Amino acid sequence: MNTNGGGPRTVSKPKVSDDETSSAVAGDERRSGSRVVDPVIESRDLDVYYGDDQALHGIDMDIPERQVTALIGPSGCGKSTFLRSINRMNDLIDIARVEGDLRFHGKNVYDDDVDPVALRRKIGMVFQKPNPFPKSIYDNVAYGLRVQGKDVDVDEQVHTALERAALLDEVEDQLDSSGLDLSGGQQQRLCIARAIAPDPEVILMDEPASALDPVATSKIEDLVEELAESYTVVIVTHNMQQAARISDKTAVFLTGGHLVEFDDTNKIFENPESDRVEDYITGKFG
Amino acid sequence: MSDDDPMNITAGSSGSIDDRKNAAIRYVFFSCAFVTVLTTLGIILVLVQGSIEFFQHVSIVEYLTETEWSPVISPHSYGVLPLVWGTLVITIGSALIAIPVGTATAIYLSEYADPQVRKTVKPTLEILAGIPTIVYGFFALSFITPLIQRFYPETGTFNAAAGAIVVGIMIIPMVSSLSEDAMSAVPDDLRNAAYGLGATKFEVSTSVVVPASLSGVIASYILALSRAIGETMAVTLAAGMHPQITVDPLEPIQTMTAYMVQIGISDVSVGSIGYQSLFAVGLTLFVMTLSMNLLSLWIKSRYREEYQ
Repeated sequence: MNTNGGGPRTVSKPKVSDDETSSAVAGDERRSGSRVVDPVIESRDLDVYYGDDQALHGIDMDIPERQVTALIGPSGCGKSTFLRSINRMNDLIDIARVEGDLRFHGKNVYDDDVDPVALRRKIGMVFQKPNPFPKSIYDNVAYGLRVQGKDVDVDEQVHTALERAALLDEVEDQLDSSGLDLSGGQQQRLCIARAIAPDPEVILMDEPASALDPVATSKIEDLVEELAESYTVVIVTHNMQQAARISDKTAVFLTGGHLVEFDDTNKIFENPESDRVEDYITGKFG
Repeated sequence: MSDDDPMNITAGSSGSIDDRKNAAIRYVFFSCAFVTVLTTLGIILVLVQGSIEFFQHVSIVEYLTETEWSPVISPHSYGVLPLVWGTLVITIGSALIAIPVGTATAIYLSEYADPQVRKTVKPTLEILAGIPTIVYGFFALSFITPLIQRFYPETGTFNAAAGAIVVGIMIIPMVSSLSEDAMSAVPDDLRNAAYGLGATKFEVSTSVVVPASLSGVIASYILALSRAIGETMAVTLAAGMHPQITVDPLEPIQTMTAYMVQIGISDVSVGSIGYQSLFAVGLTLFVMTLSMNLLSLWIKSRYREEYQ
């Protein structure tokens, strides 16, 4: 664990993956060895139960700042559960119970004095199915700003968020029309704009492209990579090519809620430690 | 029978029996539906016919603009406005009670209550709707009015306030139950989206769930109001039989329905103007409730949110 892992956010380092284009295996090893990036989120021996069923077993993971961390694995492996335990969305499920530590800047978010509402204002979320509110495009993006009572120029913030979500050009003239009138891909980018408008530190994405066509998917993927310049992104995906394309780190969950391997994405896909991970990845590639 | 042949799937000679049976069943169902439609048409016809006779003696302008209603006792006057006023006072007064309480109840049941509590409270509320309205009338006379008299001793036995309050209580379950249905139909995806943005439960309820279910909620209001307009026994008992236009809720009033009760049980002779006025008032009432119900249907279809 990092010596200063519990400290406040350090001044942002340029994203180390600038040299990604020159990536060779050796280079990657150097990267993973030398790179010291503060973990924003640290999971320590995290167990999650739904009633009597244990959905996650002792998860240890350090999620680095301003990078894309992908969570992959077969259905029911607990990757979404892990994602939802980061911003305590599992609190909304009556039978869910969490044990162990999940630290955000060193503070266990499951401590009694943590307000999940305040936590979720720092950790935004994008869901599997586009879920815009039945409100205007503008009001959708402004929603977070309004409930959080942020003292900002709402107009400006809405425009910036839409621009960052690569949606502004398409909707600039129809900000007053309903968010539900947009196409599925546009709706998902609207949801991303809505999540980043209040300027959270972390964005959690739960299979954000799985309900979209390939063109819309590639737009979302481009967007995720751009977002990682300003935000820490944790993305659940069942699409391994997607994880390989867009993530810096990859966590592989297998069978019943065990984290089998967590490492740099290139390492996972080119030279995984675990045979099971290799089987899973190569099996999928055929 | 050709049933022995497994390959025989044509109608054959036995098919005609099934055909006749099907046709018979079809006609039974059709006639049931037809009787309902016929009854409705018959009622409208009777109302319109009686009203036509009434309006042969009374001008429709007088009926709609005069402010005195005394069709039986001379000096005769045929202005329906005092009765409409009485109905409006009851309707608006009951709405002031039922809409806030009913909506808050619906939000509680849909967003806050444990599933176990919801399972108990919702049917209990719906039992309120099953109590005979005459019982509500006695409840107003024997409980609500004395309560009002404790604060305003000059209040009479019959007063508009007691009528409005009791009708308000009566229609709360309609508002809460139908609104709760609409709120529960809002997909959890929307709630999660709001929670994910750091909204509190109250904010999720008021700024996401209620707006998203607004068409159903408003439709429930209108149906409840339409019920208040048509409510008869409770208001006859509680609010009295004194047609007048007054803003004092402690005064007795008379609603259109209460007037119809009064004439219905009185000894006015068939064919008299007093008797015919029953049909005119009935038709007026029918037009009012019908337009409310149509409005409710229109709002529901026009503003229904489409969720993928």
